[in-house]
Amino acid sequence: MKKAPILQSYTLFYLLFLYGPILLLPIFAFNDSRVVAFPLQGFTAGWFAEMASDQNLRNAAKNSLMIALSVATISTVLGIFAARASVRYRFPGKAPLMGMIMLPLVLPEMIVAMALLVVLLSAGIPLSLFTVILGQVLICTPFAVAILTSAFQSLDRSLEEAAMDLGETAWSTFRLIVLPLVMPGIMASFLICFTISFDEFIIANFLGSGEPILSVYIFGQFRFPNKVPSMLALGTVLVCMSIILLGFAEYMRRRGIAKAGGKDSGGFL
Amino acid sequence: MAQTPGSEARTGLKLISPTAIFVILLLAVPLATVLIYSVMTGGRGNVSLPLTFENYSELWSKSVYGYIMFKSLMVALVVTATTVLLAYPVAYFVSFHVKPERKSLWLFLITIPFWTSYIIRVSLWFVILGYGGVLDSTLTAIGLQPLNVASYSILSIIIVLAHAYAPFAVLPIFVSLEKVDRSLLEAGQDLGESRWVTFLRVTLPLSMPGVIAAALIVFIPTVGDYVTPELVGDGKEPMIANLIETQLLKLQNFPQGSAFAVASMLMVGIVAVAFVVWNRRFIGGGK
Repeated sequence: MKKAPILQSYTLFYLLFLYGPILLLPIFAFNDSRVVAFPLQGFTAGWFAEMASDQNLRNAAKNSLMIALSVATISTVLGIFAARASVRYRFPGKAPLMGMIMLPLVLPEMIVAMALLVVLLSAGIPLSLFTVILGQVLICTPFAVAILTSAFQSLDRSLEEAAMDLGETAWSTFRLIVLPLVMPGIMASFLICFTISFDEFIIANFLGSGEPILSVYIFGQFRFPNKVPSMLALGTVLVCMSIILLGFAEYMRRRGIAKAGGKDSGGFL
Repeated sequence: MAQTPGSEARTGLKLISPTAIFVILLLAVPLATVLIYSVMTGGRGNVSLPLTFENYSELWSKSVYGYIMFKSLMVALVVTATTVLLAYPVAYFVSFHVKPERKSLWLFLITIPFWTSYIIRVSLWFVILGYGGVLDSTLTAIGLQPLNVASYSILSIIIVLAHAYAPFAVLPIFVSLEKVDRSLLEAGQDLGESRWVTFLRVTLPLSMPGVIAAALIVFIPTVGDYVTPELVGDGKEPMIANLIETQLLKLQNFPQGSAFAVASMLMVGIVAVAFVVWNRRFIGGGK
């Protein structure tokens, strides 16, 4: 590898720019002042205590967790159906159907949310956490399909044929051979959908009927200056959580590729 | 086990049907509804016949609507250009100067900030740029004038969006740089071109599909961004998404709001097609 000192320092600078705001999170989350500004005022864990005792926050976190678990499960299951069908079979209408499924990736989220909202309001369906789940599944499914498609693609088809030849039915082949091999992909899809849903704001805000949801709650709290420090504490916790989840998802993805004998071609997406 | 084409098609359709039905009910039907509503007459919270194009002509005739759409387009284009220009050298560095077994790690490092809470990241900028915030207090402490960036709403919206979508731009550019045949570069240099000229005439054109994909991936969410103008711009500089919200939710004017939604989809569509057509030139390239 040739050395490129200018490019390398630029890249490090760029990473600093990317991480800059996030690095401020722990600094001010432990800073003993309600005013978020330099110079620092000394160390305190008080904001974490304030965060932990906030009952509204707990309700919001509970709702978000429930939503994210449901969304991740449903999106991954829908993703398995679509990815398996598109990798394994040829059928009429495949291109438009897959296009429709992947469409939310290239539509501004606001449009998806508003279109759904208009239909729900017109049909008289009351907004609830359930409608949030429906909307977020729509957003997450394309990510699930993208991850699972690469998992199904790296699968050696002769393994399935061998199982069939040895007398297994289509379903038992899927359960015994295919499923274990794509399991890492399924886990990665689940974790990514969970992360997206947990962070998602637009649908949670507009389809949520005012029930507390974490991202909406955070958005509201930042408007009150004296709530900001405890929100920074919450942010620190959330960032640590997503780094752990993502590290795990990345580990699963790599293990999946290694298991199927493929070559690593880079990160997510 | 031999499968006839007919049974294969049936199995495939059966397999995809749960996902397809879900998407048709919750995406295709709503989008069609918005399209129909946009040509209907509407009062508060209801829609009725006759069909009319008034909602669209309203969009043309009131300069404030045109201004907001134009502003969103400009903000999104500036953000797109900034992100792509800043990301290119990073993607180039990772593709050309990092050991192959280290590349995944670098990409992972670049993508992590994108996966951490969007709301928290945007709100953090609000704390950084805001009046008496981290930036200004630091500047004051070292004896400089505070910049008061927050009072320039559009500028702060651009900074925040460029930061939020930065990692989006690196990945597609990286992928297209990876595909560049390294022997072409050696050939260029063997034929006496300088490294800079080789880059301009070989690497850059070959990586253009990635650049255009990156531009598209950044452009679409930025043009429809709701949170940043609301939080960082303090709601003073609404963009399209905020306008749609006002019409649909606050004024309950379904037809007018739908017309905005359709118009902005058209705008995104036109820009997307322009990008794709531009991309064709490079994919078919070599001439």
